[in-house]
Amino acid sequence: MEDVLLDVKELKTHFKTEKGVVKAVDGISFQVRRGEILGIVGESGCGKSITSQSILRLVGYKRNELVSGQVLFEGEDLLTKKEKNMLAIRGSKIGLIAQDPMTSLNPVYTVGNQIAEVPMIHEKASKKSAWQTAIAMLKKVGIPSAEDRADQYPHQFSGGMRQRGVIGMALAGNPSLLIADEPTTALDVTIQAQVLDLMLKLRDETNAGIIMITHDLGVVAEICDKVAVMYAGKIVEQAPVEELFANPKHPYTKGLLKSLPKLGDKERLQPVEGQPPNLNDLHEGCRFADRCPFVFDKCHTEHPPLFSTDSNHRTACYLYDEEAE
Amino acid sequence: MQTKTKELVRVEGLKKHFKLSGGGLRKEPEQVVKAVDDLNFSVYEGETLGIVGESGCGKSTMGRLLLRLLEPTEGNIYFENRDITTFSKQELREKRREFQMIFQDPYASLNPRMTVKEIIEEPLRTYKEKQAERSKRVQTLLDAVGIPESYKNRYPHEFSGGQRQRIGIARSLALNPKFIVADEPVAALDVSIQAQVLNLMKDLQDEFGFTYLFIAHDLSVVNYISDRIGVMYLGKMVELADSDKLYNNPVHPYTQALLSAIPVPDPTRKKERVMLTGELPSPVNPPSGCRFHTRCPLAQDICKQVEPEWIEVEENHFAACHVVKERLS
Amino acid sequence: MIDFWKRFKQNHMAVIGFVIILIILLTAIFAKWLTPYDPYEMDPVNRLQSPNGEFWFGTDQFGRDIFSRIVYGARISLQVGIIAVGFSFIVGTIMGLIAGYSGGWVDNLISRITDVLFSFPDILLALVIMAILGSSLNNLMLAIGIVYVPIFARIARGTVLNIKDSLYIEAARSMGVRPITILWRHILPNAMAPLIVQITLSFAFAILAEAALSFLGLGVSPDTPSWGIMLSEAKDWMELSWWTAIFPGIAITLAVFSFNIMGDGLRDALDPRLRNEKS
Repeated sequence: MEDVLLDVKELKTHFKTEKGVVKAVDGISFQVRRGEILGIVGESGCGKSITSQSILRLVGYKRNELVSGQVLFEGEDLLTKKEKNMLAIRGSKIGLIAQDPMTSLNPVYTVGNQIAEVPMIHEKASKKSAWQTAIAMLKKVGIPSAEDRADQYPHQFSGGMRQRGVIGMALAGNPSLLIADEPTTALDVTIQAQVLDLMLKLRDETNAGIIMITHDLGVVAEICDKVAVMYAGKIVEQAPVEELFANPKHPYTKGLLKSLPKLGDKERLQPVEGQPPNLNDLHEGCRFADRCPFVFDKCHTEHPPLFSTDSNHRTACYLYDEEAE
Repeated sequence: MQTKTKELVRVEGLKKHFKLSGGGLRKEPEQVVKAVDDLNFSVYEGETLGIVGESGCGKSTMGRLLLRLLEPTEGNIYFENRDITTFSKQELREKRREFQMIFQDPYASLNPRMTVKEIIEEPLRTYKEKQAERSKRVQTLLDAVGIPESYKNRYPHEFSGGQRQRIGIARSLALNPKFIVADEPVAALDVSIQAQVLNLMKDLQDEFGFTYLFIAHDLSVVNYISDRIGVMYLGKMVELADSDKLYNNPVHPYTQALLSAIPVPDPTRKKERVMLTGELPSPVNPPSGCRFHTRCPLAQDICKQVEPEWIEVEENHFAACHVVKERLS
Repeated sequence: MIDFWKRFKQNHMAVIGFVIILIILLTAIFAKWLTPYDPYEMDPVNRLQSPNGEFWFGTDQFGRDIFSRIVYGARISLQVGIIAVGFSFIVGTIMGLIAGYSGGWVDNLISRITDVLFSFPDILLALVIMAILGSSLNNLMLAIGIVYVPIFARIARGTVLNIKDSLYIEAARSMGVRPITILWRHILPNAMAPLIVQITLSFAFAILAEAALSFLGLGVSPDTPSWGIMLSEAKDWMELSWWTAIFPGIAITLAVFSFNIMGDGLRDALDPRLRNEKS
């Protein structure tokens, strides 16, 4: 499988706290190919953002942060790399697009300067050529009169343009993997549509792999090729996007889809009842067991592995354990 | 609910302009934010009127004006045919028990140092209900919003976001109000919890006959809960219609763009997008004429100069757009 | 509350401060039973005795037992601290709450008054007030109280400005809760943390100020057993008899030091940024 870009195996990120170990990410595995958009979807606290931080090794430095497993990026395990080597990878081979464009841009430098910094650090580019790259990037992400705009400060940009700027910055290092952590959550819907459109266009142009972290199933349906649904630190279901929406298997995924108001449809919503579990106080069994309408005894004692229901559709739920029948 | 029943609230020519004073010693020209600019509409008894729009459209300001939490710059607000903008402080305080608000952020809208019981009791205490009466009411309210009564002595931080919003809802129901303004009540909540709260609001409405003004940025949420929907853009209402009609037959180009921009959780539906170019203009010195003309795919010369009138396109379906008007005549 | 204790206990210095304050407090309360001699009684025969088994901290120039005077001195110090700081806390907080909540010209007026008071050095201001009022224990407490009013006013005003725009205040307004009730039930409890910290810190200043003013002869009458007066009287004798100055000095230092470290500990324990409200 030549084109597998990122191969995450049994990634675990645990935090030791006074109240016990918080299992924020607990043994998840997934792959991203070149030119593919993987959506990681889940509600707040499900571990989706910690997953992206773990891949980039932004957690795992403090003594109470324990990261284990494997993150194979272009065949090399990022988790065993030295920090010096990680510095060279972050921002060049792997680009990050964060949720809040205001905090990911430094207010005291011009947008052009911040983008130009990327090739200057990673490729030792000259100031002049780096500036050219910056302008090219701004053009690429659709900022009008990029030459003038490059000289402006972040506060002179509107929200949507700032996020374009951040995307431009992430692209400046010519990354083969982009991690976008809720890139459109802070934006208005008409602007969100523009940004999503831009990301699709960029994927086609650069053939980069993209991990799209979001809570919005609508966004997933719009741009992702395949989806991993996370719940309380685990991936509960993984499938190509059409398959997941047409044929959801896991009770949580089903509940999530039924919780979503659909335009032009006033049928009563059927929400998942109850609250997500506390991550520092988990029992051995399936983490969704307490809210699951189909729960049975085994669910409380052992966490289900991912069962394949189709060649590329996998679900962590005993309802799909064929051997048990 | 679609038929016109009794009018509960009527808004006429409502405006709210905020002055931004020029900074410091240098006399800069004074700037005016026209947060809400000339709104006219009615809310009928027992219905849910949804208000939708992007940031800066003035929807939250409008909600606060209706409850006179902000003083309008101009215009009248009639509540049961009495103009509350003329009320004295004392009259207003008496009237407040009839209109209440549900806030967006369930973390910030509950006093962190008060227990759930104290929070829900507060409106009752304000209107001098007896202690025994209050306790009974708290119990009923907790029951109505699905919070176990045994939790009543806990503090807000011991609850999840969804539970807190339930507590906020219980508080706003305490006085049995007629009119409830809900300002983005589910925006801070996860989808599964959001659905619980939306259903709760619907059930409470069925049971007690409240009238809601439901403000949100998410059109699918508004569409789900509302009988009628008003769409706002930069301080103006651009379209108002029954929610089905607005979804199936939007006439204003902004409504059309908004509808098509919403990501639909159905990957098989690859739709034609009305992609808006450009950014949302600032409400400080908004564009002349029709405020949407800078982004409108149908904009003509007249749109840049003349503000479009608010016209009834068909029965109970209003819009403000030159192009639509032209098409009609 | 439990959380608060947990965090406070982790700060060992603060706990030490708290324990010392407790000891001083108990000393002041049970002074009568702790002292071997009457602190006012002169004994010309035993003048300027160095510390020994009979007089633990020695005696002063009139033969009064220094240990007994220090024990009784705790009463004066705490009395000054409690009353003066109590005055500035109540007056200052009310001023600050009103200024912050009402805004406009009221805020301007109160803020300018506090600015004027702030522009004088503490002790100088207290001196001026004492000079006007005349020297007595009551006036001393009043003077110190007035000096610290602006600190409380400013802290209270700042916190109110922070809290007043919170959604829960707006929620209360939307329900028709009266402004005075909003101030009392919503704003004050949420503004208490920084004020409590300031109380402990001001307590230390108050003790110091009392000592300083008494040292300058503007405080209580000279025979009163106050740590400041003892130090003041000792200045003529300390070259010969070090103990007359050292023990009141240690008492002042210890009291001020413990209030300060306890204040620091309280501040850390009450700091909302360390509290996991949203967990």
